[in-house]
Amino acid sequence: MADRTTDVWGERSPHGRGTPWSTRVDLHLHDGVGEADVDRWVPSACVLCSNGCGCDIAVKDGRMVGVRGRADDVVNRGRLGPKGLYASTPWASDRQRLTRPLVREGGRLVATDWDTALGRVVAESQRLLAENGPLTHGFYTSGQLFLEEYYTLGVIGKAGLGTPHMDGNTRLCTATAAAALKESFGADGQPGSYDDVEHCDALFSWGHNTAETQTVLWSRILDRTHGAAPPVLVCVDPRRTAVAAEAERTGGVHLAPQVGTNLALVNGITRELLEHGWIDEDWVAAHTLGLDDLREVVAPYTPEAVARTCGVAAADVERAAEIFGRSERVLSTVLQGFYQSHQATASAVGVNNLHLLRGMVGRPGGGILQMNGQPTAQNNRECGADGDLPGFRNWDNPAHVQQLADLWDVDPLTIPHWAPPTNAMQIFSYAEQGSIELLWISATNPAVSMPESARIRRILASDRCFVVVQDLFLTETAELADVVLPAAGWGEKTGAFTNADRTVHLSQQAVDPPGEARSDLDIFLTYARMMGFTDRSGRPLPSWSTPEEAFDAWRDASARRPVDYTRLTHERLRGADGLRWPVNAAAPDGTVRLYGDGVFPTATDVCETYGHDLLTGGAVTEQEHRALAPAGRAFLKGAAFTPPHEEPSAEYPLLFTTGRTVHHFHTRTKTARSRRLQDAAPDAWVELSATDAEGLGIAEGDLVRVESPRGAIEVRARIGSVREGAVFAPFHYGTWDLDGVAPGEGHRQANELTMTVWDPVSKQPCFKTAACRVVPLGRS
Amino acid sequence: MLHLATYVGLADHSEATLADSFRAVAEGHAAVADVYHTCRTLAGLSDTHRELLAPVAERYGEDESDGVDEPERLHASGLAEVRSGEIGLLRDLQDLHVLADLVRTTWLVIAQGAQGLRDHELLDVARRAAAGTQRQTSWLDTRIRAAAPQALIVAPPR
Repeated sequence: MADRTTDVWGERSPHGRGTPWSTRVDLHLHDGVGEADVDRWVPSACVLCSNGCGCDIAVKDGRMVGVRGRADDVVNRGRLGPKGLYASTPWASDRQRLTRPLVREGGRLVATDWDTALGRVVAESQRLLAENGPLTHGFYTSGQLFLEEYYTLGVIGKAGLGTPHMDGNTRLCTATAAAALKESFGADGQPGSYDDVEHCDALFSWGHNTAETQTVLWSRILDRTHGAAPPVLVCVDPRRTAVAAEAERTGGVHLAPQVGTNLALVNGITRELLEHGWIDEDWVAAHTLGLDDLREVVAPYTPEAVARTCGVAAADVERAAEIFGRSERVLSTVLQGFYQSHQATASAVGVNNLHLLRGMVGRPGGGILQMNGQPTAQNNRECGADGDLPGFRNWDNPAHVQQLADLWDVDPLTIPHWAPPTNAMQIFSYAEQGSIELLWISATNPAVSMPESARIRRILASDRCFVVVQDLFLTETAELADVVLPAAGWGEKTGAFTNADRTVHLSQQAVDPPGEARSDLDIFLTYARMMGFTDRSGRPLPSWSTPEEAFDAWRDASARRPVDYTRLTHERLRGADGLRWPVNAAAPDGTVRLYGDGVFPTATDVCETYGHDLLTGGAVTEQEHRALAPAGRAFLKGAAFTPPHEEPSAEYPLLFTTGRTVHHFHTRTKTARSRRLQDAAPDAWVELSATDAEGLGIAEGDLVRVESPRGAIEVRARIGSVREGAVFAPFHYGTWDLDGVAPGEGHRQANELTMTVWDPVSKQPCFKTAACRVVPLGRS
Repeated sequence: MLHLATYVGLADHSEATLADSFRAVAEGHAAVADVYHTCRTLAGLSDTHRELLAPVAERYGEDESDGVDEPERLHASGLAEVRSGEIGLLRDLQDLHVLADLVRTTWLVIAQGAQGLRDHELLDVARRAAAGTQRQTSWLDTRIRAAAPQALIVAPPR
């Protein structure tokens, strides 16, 4: 097989519309290991992007030695991307793995045993509960755990402790997807399916660099664009990505709006649809609410007005709208270019509006994929270890809270529901102010991934907050912790997870974790037992102790909710090639698309939220919602464009934007331990437009200093792939792999520059709008 | 229509006061990122309401002789300065709510007058402004609800 760090998407298998995608089994084994040497193959799915490709883990002598795509899997038909191939297994046997718990003694982390480490956590937890109650506790988790672990953590936090302060780094990647789906359709849940790629005749990528973030999905798209009757692509991205180039090649459009102006662009396209009557009036009348308000909101966004605000050609806006308005089957995918930018939820909802106006939801090729940034982000949203209640329940609906209270046998007032669950940014603010005094972080690295890094480091290092970190390695975050707990990773434990198009896989334990490392499920349950949490009948809470029992408990919690798992079991998932929820009596083999019947979960007693004002985040009340009588109709919701939070000035004339690169995932905790990936992308950089670079006297490869009001980085420049006025940096690079460099001193961490500010509805931080200046530091 | 002119004046002044107060709270709690940005956006809504009202105010005149100093009296010592800490923020948001409620009922009164006068333009202004005020109070309700538990139970003393 070719080196897939350079041949990223592998060879093409072109095919025509409506014909099945072919199978191609990708395989990678560690150097010196042949297929005949593999002792056994253990079914799983890849966790290195939100695609969640089905794969088998190769095991030899009790070690993971490689991966192979599963030929029949609905997600990937055997393909794997460079991260999945090269980074799935090397980290597991890395010498730097955490194998013993650590506790802080005299300012240093020292190795200890589990009783001592968890004993400290429990003592602190009990002291705080006795003194000030559960609002002193915060949990910040991941998009990397399994369904069973999220559900268990959710029950411990919400029913054992009773704290509303639980969220995941899913807040940084997928909160806007969830928020947009809730605002438009009444509940979370992806309407479309990856299968829509085979059926669409137009494909819109809204702030979604599929070619780098979801490489297998991109190869699926390329197999259509290179076949007969290819779809036309439209790309919205301030960078000229591979997606942008393909959009131009297929006769579509690359729209490169100025950073922070997505909403103005979407409003303009919406207005064009309305002006030209490219809407399905009967469907809209029968299945939606809010058309008149939306028409009024978008009225000022003429192509010329959009051109002025966004810095794109008016004709391109018209062309994009025409493609959307005249194609028979439009598939939209949305990701961080929208979610982490200004007016995130309103922009993502704008995409939903376009589909609703054309009645293009839930039919083959006419689909919406509000993407996830992480593989198991969907599970965090489903199971309630983030700012949601399990089973897409509405925290503002007492009947929904009572259902959980009955399920868990606790007083409904134990379950925090008197206000919206606390979002990650607010959790860190409470820790900063001193009212959250115990912060438990699992499987994530906020010291690198959260905005305004210097502030996050200050909070984590402060004596006011007792920080517990549970992870695979001594990350930049773990180095600041009071207690570090060694966790088992993928392949070292069993659990289910759900990808961005609702496909559920079971990932099975292939090997034992190293040393004393334990699964996150074991760690959470041990804490719960030591704390003595019980239900009203005196039984231990949670009542389960294995992944399979946790799954069964979750299945009960999902019953009769949109996210219905009632016909799924570990047994059924073992070795299965992906089943899409809901899987229940009505759909025993799963559900490819939601809302094909035009009925949405918007009824007041059913919905997950009563909704919000997209401009401010002000909540719609139950009475207001009931008065609208949505009863299964979807919402058309609009908002006016407002300028981004930090506009360019004389002092900081450029806009700093961050993003991902194909060779790394997150903060490189796993991917940098793959020699191939690390060699392919060893260090950070920034991208400048040719015009801006020339004006500053900067050439390709020059060292530059990028400064914002919050911090600075010093990296090499790449010229030409971003639009004028924008500066792009990859967010992956921290300091753990730099010898003798302390956090904050590496001068390459993009989040030193980003702002503490978030979308008013989804509460997702804006990583893509900060003013900056670039100073040349000389030739290489 | 002296009294309508009085109410037009009251609407203009109370919107101006509300805008100033939103900006004062934004600046005073600038470290609370969502409060800082949202309060500035909401101040902008009040500015817009005043712009909408301007042509009508010209027609009816603004009577400043009687009773229109009320909103100043309400806020004068209240929101020129903000309080500190989580409880302080909660109290400031409540003050904004009181002021926004004065604005809301002022538009209610004006809408009633506009209907009696069959003044479509004024009615449209009153309705659009009332919708904006609803956004302001709805956000204040939402933010107060979110801030209250932590502020009441575990906020550290200042």
